[in-house]
Amino acid sequence: MRFITFIVRRVVHSIFVLLGLSIVIFVISRIMPGNPARMAVGPRAPQYVIDELSRQMHLDEPLHVQYYYWLRDALHGDLGMSLVTRRPVADDMKEFFPATLELTLFAGFIMAGGGIFIGILSARHKDKWIDNLLRIISYLGVVTPSFIFAIFFLLLFGMALNWMPTMGRLSPGVSPPPTITGLITVDSLLSGNLTAFFDALWHLILPGIALAMGGLAQESRITRSTMSDNLTKDYIASARSLGIPEGVIMRKFLLKPSLIPTISILGLDFAGTMANAFLVEVIFNWPGSSRYGINTMLRKDLNAIAGVVLTMGVVFIVVNIVVDIVVGLLDPRIRLAPQRGE
Amino acid sequence: MSTPSLLDIKDLHVHFDVYGGTLKVLDGVNFTVHSGEKVGLVGETGCGKTTTMKSILRILPMPPARIPGGEIYFKGQDVLKMGGDELRRMRSEGISMIFQDPTTALNPVFTVGQQLEAVVKYSIEGKKLSRKEIREQAIIPLKEVSMPDPERMMGSYPIQLSGGMRQRVCIAMALVASRELLIADEPGTSLDVTIQDQILRLLHQLVEEKNVSVILITHTLGVVREMTDRVYVMYAGNMVEAAATEELFANPLHPYTHGLMAAVPRLTGGGVSDGIPGRIPDYLNPPPGCRFHPRCDHAMDICRQEKPAFYKLGENHEVACFLYRDGEK
Amino acid sequence: MTVQAKSLALPKSKMIENLGRNWYKFSRNPMSIVGLCTVLLVVFLAVFAPLVAPYPKHAGKFVDFANASLPPCRRYLFGTDVIGRDILSRIFFGFRFSLTMGVVVLSLVVPPGVTLGLIAGYSQGTWIETVIMRITDIFLAVPPLVLALAICSVLTPNLFNAMIAVSLMWWPWYTRLVYGLASTLRNEFFVNSAEALGASKFHIIFKEILPNCISPIFTKMSLDMAWVILLGASLSFVGLGVQPPKPGLGTMVSGGRNYLPEQWWISVFPALAIVVVVLGFNLLGDGLRDMLAAEEV
Repeated sequence: MRFITFIVRRVVHSIFVLLGLSIVIFVISRIMPGNPARMAVGPRAPQYVIDELSRQMHLDEPLHVQYYYWLRDALHGDLGMSLVTRRPVADDMKEFFPATLELTLFAGFIMAGGGIFIGILSARHKDKWIDNLLRIISYLGVVTPSFIFAIFFLLLFGMALNWMPTMGRLSPGVSPPPTITGLITVDSLLSGNLTAFFDALWHLILPGIALAMGGLAQESRITRSTMSDNLTKDYIASARSLGIPEGVIMRKFLLKPSLIPTISILGLDFAGTMANAFLVEVIFNWPGSSRYGINTMLRKDLNAIAGVVLTMGVVFIVVNIVVDIVVGLLDPRIRLAPQRGE
Repeated sequence: MSTPSLLDIKDLHVHFDVYGGTLKVLDGVNFTVHSGEKVGLVGETGCGKTTTMKSILRILPMPPARIPGGEIYFKGQDVLKMGGDELRRMRSEGISMIFQDPTTALNPVFTVGQQLEAVVKYSIEGKKLSRKEIREQAIIPLKEVSMPDPERMMGSYPIQLSGGMRQRVCIAMALVASRELLIADEPGTSLDVTIQDQILRLLHQLVEEKNVSVILITHTLGVVREMTDRVYVMYAGNMVEAAATEELFANPLHPYTHGLMAAVPRLTGGGVSDGIPGRIPDYLNPPPGCRFHPRCDHAMDICRQEKPAFYKLGENHEVACFLYRDGEK
Repeated sequence: MTVQAKSLALPKSKMIENLGRNWYKFSRNPMSIVGLCTVLLVVFLAVFAPLVAPYPKHAGKFVDFANASLPPCRRYLFGTDVIGRDILSRIFFGFRFSLTMGVVVLSLVVPPGVTLGLIAGYSQGTWIETVIMRITDIFLAVPPLVLALAICSVLTPNLFNAMIAVSLMWWPWYTRLVYGLASTLRNEFFVNSAEALGASKFHIIFKEILPNCISPIFTKMSLDMAWVILLGASLSFVGLGVQPPKPGLGTMVSGGRNYLPEQWWISVFPALAIVVVVLGFNLLGDGLRDMLAAEEV
């Protein structure tokens, strides 16, 4: 019961944060000097067009009124028009966002799964050569920015060795599956198109791993250090002293408490991944909302920028809530306030 | 003694390798428990009581810890040479330990029931039991330790329990497993005095009922007096005196034991003593010879040079002190 | 426990002893020394770039098509780019941008961020705390790079505006850090006794609580140098930071992208330079953290 209250409070809190974020974004987008209406139609449009558009965009009204209209539209899915693509931003997002989502989710799985696996491996063989090697690699993974990995992977595996493709989500000649979720891998599995599935996966590997490196390194470091800390805890010695086999202790009684900090960090690492996606998408020419975001940012396409940032905010907040729920399920200390048992 | 010993520790040395050098914690420990005995182990914090017990169960963290010498025998078997299965059998059926701090001894992310059931499941007989039987077996000791509402307790997490309840759970876990030797490491010290009293009474009752042998570690002399047949006094990694309980209290021989007894404030006159001057030695560079000599009023030259052996004085009294080398002071 | 009067003046011998002990703690891990040396090297190269670089003029407007796109060789250790500029020299000058970014941003961010955190932590349970922390939450709801990009995009792209943008979204991290520390310390004995003695809020916040927060703040600052520099390089890479022809490290990496893989050195060496700087500051920061951590008994 307390757990549900806890989750509900988190959600309400998040809604307020989102609202605040929308205000910040809105203010930023209106600070720009220049008339948004003029920018929307171009410098050669006649004055009366601009006046009419200004009226429609409520530009003559006070700022908070403008915000109200903007918010109301946004909640209905209308994020305005993009200057760059000359389409509704919402349409642009629908087209590009799934690609980014697929990439970041793929990276997320690698980060979580790979990170935990490496961390466990490191902890089990603590201080031996494999542990030291993995630790050095993890450290480099943490300090090297994603886009540098991206460039190296591109150079090495993509161009020099030519193992993997360097652009796009599918090779030319492979017919894409029907769009159900927008995630090519999922869609191709759902429609039974295995060629597309493997091809898409192949295209995901280089950018995905480049994106995941930072988070992978973080997760493995935390897992390793938590596991080795917990190994010396009394409850492990106690379990041993009661005759529970070593294998069971490692797999069950040590793993579960050790995963808690790892998963807690996952939210933050995922945020880092989403941020790095901007650069990685540009490098690999990945048709996602982040690359779209960069293009529009360079051209000061305010509606598009607002759309992208808002979407990121929503995704990030949702991910954090999910992480909180999972951690709460894993760790009873969080979801159960101490009750008197007597 | 004619009864065969259940547990026999001979000249055990345990060292810990740390950053600045080696901590020579246990310096030749001798310790024996006979079947059916209740043996007390007294000594101040840091003297090596818990380390000795953990060595018996072989749950010392072996990278920093090392056993450079000594032997441990349980029911005639060499513990230090036991293989995986024999060791598990010993831990599962032979010896159990109730840890000092119940809060850290319980895994915080598993329920009481899950932890108890794990002990049952992985015991030697547990392999043959069905899930239902495991659960039934697991709940029995909760009833034995007088838990209110054992069913609900099975589904609770340690965070939800009070300190006293957690201690009872730890006792229950120890009871599930082993029937031969119970090691109680300062039971109840981290708790309220009234709760501690309850816990000790519970222990006493259980021990009587089940007829297990017990090693009771404590630094409270009063507890020792009530609950044990025989007592060892430990100082800085050595046993310094061992005697039948009544005998020890009537006739303490070792200067350290004297100091301990004197340090207990008495209700009837005498006031509060100043305690024993000095501190426990630095295990990195322990004093040569008898480790107690820097604090001993009766220290002689030989004490600074050689270590005393355990000298027998009468039927059930041994002392490690040069004062008694030739029988009587 | 009595109220401690903190006397800041130590006798000289004690200060030397402190320094010695701190150095011992710092130098326990050899990697920290590596970090320190790396950072010192980078700083040296940045400061003395005009004197140390083999071709200092190449950092500015310079064209030499005869020597364009040369691979690394004796004359040009890291090769030249497409208009003939020496990459090694430009990297030295690029360090200047990176370090400037780090120093300026941290100077702008730390005082207000820390102050807000102190105020919020001290004013527990009041509307002041709620307001400050809600605002902090908003800024922390979006990954840093995203917000920086967004802010940058509405301003003219250049280094100065990049610094403004990063500063605008970096301060909440300090507020949150200090808030956590301050709200724990707020209920400590020494604070309560200071209040009972009638000390002013200003005094309590800055003279009692703040000194106890210095270590974590300092550690975070040293690690942040690395991240801020990285953020700056990322912004330049995308086109929103240091503008060409200036030799920002990220700018150079981006500029060489179209010439991969044949003229790989144009992108790769600046990329390595970024890694070296970030690595150096990270190691240094780790070492400082070791040094400032409480000693284990």
